Amino acid sequence: MIAGVQLFCRLMMTAIRGQMQYRGAFLLMVLGSFLTSMVQAIGIWALFDRFGNLGIWSVAHVAFLYGTINIVFASVDITARGFDTFGSSLIRTGQFDRVLVRPASTVILVAAREVALHKLGQLLQGILVLIYALVALDIDWTLGRLALYIFAVSSMYAFFYAIQIVRATMSFWTIETLEILNTISHGGMETAQYPMSIYKESFTNFFTYVVPLACVAYFPIVGVLDMPDPLGSTLLTQSLAPLAGFVFFAVCLSFWFFGMKRYQSTGS
Amino acid sequence: MDGLVTAFTRSYAAVVVARFRMLLQYRAAALAGIATQIFWGCIKLMVLGAFYAVAVTTPPMTFTAIVAYVWLGQVLIGLLPWNHDPELQELFTSGGVAYELLRPLDLYWFWFARTLAYRTAPTLLRMVPGIVFAALILPLIGLPEWALPAPASMNHGLMFALSFVVTVMLSCAITILITISMFWLIEARGLSTFMYGVVPVFSGMIVPLPLFPEWMQPFLQWQPFRGLCDVPFRIYSGDIPLTMASQEIALQFAWTTILILFGYGLITRARTRLVVQGG
Repeated sequence: MIAGVQLFCRLMMTAIRGQMQYRGAFLLMVLGSFLTSMVQAIGIWALFDRFGNLGIWSVAHVAFLYGTINIVFASVDITARGFDTFGSSLIRTGQFDRVLVRPASTVILVAAREVALHKLGQLLQGILVLIYALVALDIDWTLGRLALYIFAVSSMYAFFYAIQIVRATMSFWTIETLEILNTISHGGMETAQYPMSIYKESFTNFFTYVVPLACVAYFPIVGVLDMPDPLGSTLLTQSLAPLAGFVFFAVCLSFWFFGMKRYQSTGS
Repeated sequence: MDGLVTAFTRSYAAVVVARFRMLLQYRAAALAGIATQIFWGCIKLMVLGAFYAVAVTTPPMTFTAIVAYVWLGQVLIGLLPWNHDPELQELFTSGGVAYELLRPLDLYWFWFARTLAYRTAPTLLRMVPGIVFAALILPLIGLPEWALPAPASMNHGLMFALSFVVTVMLSCAITILITISMFWLIEARGLSTFMYGVVPVFSGMIVPLPLFPEWMQPFLQWQPFRGLCDVPFRIYSGDIPLTMASQEIALQFAWTTILILFGYGLITRARTRLVVQGG
């Protein structure tokens, strides 16, 4: 386990050093990532400016949700890049064969192969929005709330990471990476930036019971912000909901190992 | 002039056919793209619908106009000039641009034809299934309030078609400016990066422009990116009345002409001081 973590860190450092060779291009990409996520924030701001509050949700409440999710999503994008490009750069080329013969876990080798450091732009943008929310909201941070927030953030990380693993796993069959799963990763991120209670019931149910997005983001955050929930969750369910993120991760990881058993090389 | 038009039409037809053949190889990708756009459209409508449901004062647009705006935007998203033709980028880094200069065609209009193909071919491919879903399938599955409505009237439809043609020209004129920036920058990524931030917001793709704060409206009204979404989409839904439509299209056309002349001027200057990469 410790050896695994050490290996992961070393591979990551190598990937970072590689990226830093192209400093100009790197800085431009950071700026691009910052602007792309800024655009969404401008949209949210414009709507709140025009319509006032969204029920009990003020712009600061949504900023808290938005900032948290963007920070987590960017962190996942940075550290799961190897899975993101898995189909095109390891499966289609047949290079995965070489990964298989190495004496370390395929999960670590694939994960640490690349790092998307330019997503620091989105990360920074998320942090700025979160700071605004923290200043504007003045949350009463009891120990319980802080613990719930940390639990929620780590579960969110596991959730979005798991989706990247599923995307990569699909390419054992499809060879290419499927864009359609972007609706759950990027689409999920955009969905979860607003309170779940504004969506249609079938949509909310899908994102609660099939893909547990609401369990890792909306429910625990409602608990932290101590807001009433029209969907009817209680503090107990809000506190337990993030468990779903870790279960989801475990299921997706076993799907990865299942896919790997079915792997037939494409190389010649 | 006649020769120029024939050359333009023929080179355009050739590149567009080539591009279509290439795209048809990736049907699964196109389908996945459409599904993604539809999903995004639904989220946008739910978010905007939630705001409309709690609105205290009457919003500047009806919800039907919003629905038309969102779906037209999702279906035509490929026309937005926030990136540029990677094949043309390749010409600059490899030095292949020297061959382009040798062609017996006007460089600006040849690239315009290529850009037109790059912008329109994938959009045409995705447009039809997207419209079928938004206009016909949504009412069938019990969501008629989300369905893409027909144009407000026959005349609105015709004005929309006219405005849409200008939109395509405008989009190409902006895309080609990004390409031309490579004469100076080699990497167009710099300008592209900037465009990621500017184009979606100022065209109205993120939030319909009339919903932005009142104090921003005078500026939003006159800037060129508005011609990419806001003008045609609002003519379609009747949010811009027919009496105003011709004036709006004239403004859209004026910006397009200015940007084309600007690009043409830049390309003429760039040719005299071009350093070809590679060896």
